[in-house]
Amino acid sequence: MNTTTPITPPLRPDFAAIAKWIKPGAKILDLGCGDGALLRYLHQERHVFGYGVEIDDENVLGCLRNGINVIQNDLESGLSSFASDSFDYVILSQTLQAMKHTAEIIREMLRVGREGIVSFPNFGYWKNRVQVIRGHMPVSESLPYHWYDTPNIHLCTLGDFEALCNQCNAIILERRVMNKDHQIELLPNLMGKLAFYRFKRK
Amino acid sequence: MQDSNSVGIVTPQYVHIDKTLKLKSGSVLTSYNLVYETYGTLNADRSNALLICHALSGNHHVAGVYADKPKSTGWWDNMVGPGKPIDTNKFFVIGVNNLGGCHGSTGPASIDARTGKHYGANFPIVTVEDWVETQAQLAEHLGIQQFAAVIGGSLGGMQALQWTLDYPDKVRHGLVIAAAAKLTAQNIAFNDVARQAILTDQDFYGGDYYSYNTLPRRGLRLARMLGHITYLSDHSMATKFGRDLRDGKFSFGYDVEFEIESYLRYQGDKFTDLFDANSYLLMTKALDYFDPANAYDGDLNAAFKAVKASFLVLSFTTDWRFSPERSRDIVKALLNNNINVSYGEITSAHGHDSFLMNDAYYHQLVQAYMNNIEV
Repeated sequence: MNTTTPITPPLRPDFAAIAKWIKPGAKILDLGCGDGALLRYLHQERHVFGYGVEIDDENVLGCLRNGINVIQNDLESGLSSFASDSFDYVILSQTLQAMKHTAEIIREMLRVGREGIVSFPNFGYWKNRVQVIRGHMPVSESLPYHWYDTPNIHLCTLGDFEALCNQCNAIILERRVMNKDHQIELLPNLMGKLAFYRFKRK
Repeated sequence: MQDSNSVGIVTPQYVHIDKTLKLKSGSVLTSYNLVYETYGTLNADRSNALLICHALSGNHHVAGVYADKPKSTGWWDNMVGPGKPIDTNKFFVIGVNNLGGCHGSTGPASIDARTGKHYGANFPIVTVEDWVETQAQLAEHLGIQQFAAVIGGSLGGMQALQWTLDYPDKVRHGLVIAAAAKLTAQNIAFNDVARQAILTDQDFYGGDYYSYNTLPRRGLRLARMLGHITYLSDHSMATKFGRDLRDGKFSFGYDVEFEIESYLRYQGDKFTDLFDANSYLLMTKALDYFDPANAYDGDLNAAFKAVKASFLVLSFTTDWRFSPERSRDIVKALLNNNINVSYGEITSAHGHDSFLMNDAYYHQLVQAYMNNIEV
């Protein structure tokens, strides 16, 4: 049984996008860290020290096989194991849309980390809009599930997320919007597939 | 059943430590014996040694069998052996019987050379810290400067933790399984009822029952029965025994009727042939006293300041004697000290005893962690 996927850095442009924001040697908490691939990448590229948080058994095992510190914990129950202000960055990579307690996790990220980094699939991407206009819930590369089997229960657009940040007393420091490995500058809420935000406490 | 991954026939070894041991209680032992077993081969750098610490009723016989007793399989044989999660092809594994035990190391049932009699009630109370000190003496005897890992479940996990506090430079990894940084009041309460069962047995004679050629069997049996209940989960008892009756109907008396009664009595009886009541008392006290944060006004973060080792901390969802919450306390204090730590919370139906059982995910986690330890 092989649960770990070897990472070749160019394979994951979203990892590279996050890595650009991370100061070398930083202390990182990666929420919903999967098999630890992002942390391993950040360790290679930015020499970070950190921990992942994962609930799934196979992923926790994957982290241990990858030599990544992992804490088996349900994000929905908050981050009570982690002290306030104890990390340089708390990362939530493509997990926000699958969480029940969306605002709570943003608040917890702001409490535990000096900065938060969130990435999520942009529901406002034009191909999604076209599918909705045609009368169907979108199914695409970045949203590969059907409405009835999707773990993504809280999808949002760039504008929606920015409103939530405001509500949670977060200041957005930087935003990056991607379509595959291209950065989108023009009409990001329409043209961008994947959104990245870096934010901190107000 | 032949297990091709067994370490095979093993032989216990003895060491006489002729060095005064000042115990935490203030008492002194001028010398003592330790019995231990080893599996695997110590490499040329002496960098692949690891120590396995036992729990309340365990001992040095961790894996393998004795030549003259084919059923004498070690207590953690499913975990330790060639190709097993704690792989004896890679590591030189040491199991030791704790001081105060009753399987060969000096304990209350041993003869005190000064008097020619059993120590009995005169054997001093020992603590987890004292055990770590004796284990460090054993390491020195074996020429081991640093352990690749110290590993233990339950009371054994407490020793693994204490090792990383007392000898931060002598242990690279701690595996702390189904343990706690201190017992809860409820946990101490269970221990005290167990002790009271022994202490109030008419055959206890204040701990000097050896001189009366008797054993406080009734007390030890009750202590073990109580302990056993707390090591299982409600669910595992319900599944294994339910309300099954041995004879299929009520007999309206006080003899064994329910299967669970039969099981507990059998376990209790068996235990009185294998374990010394004074050792049982000592071990439960060591559990109760363990509290590394106590010297730091209850601040576990401060207690862990000196720690350098990396950790794997594991707990089991249905373990209510050493609940996942207690393991999370340990993890939190390690996180607060920026220590490398991984934590697995294993879904298991078997309560505290889960740490001794064969569970695929549990064993995979240990194996994955052990594989990444450099030797």
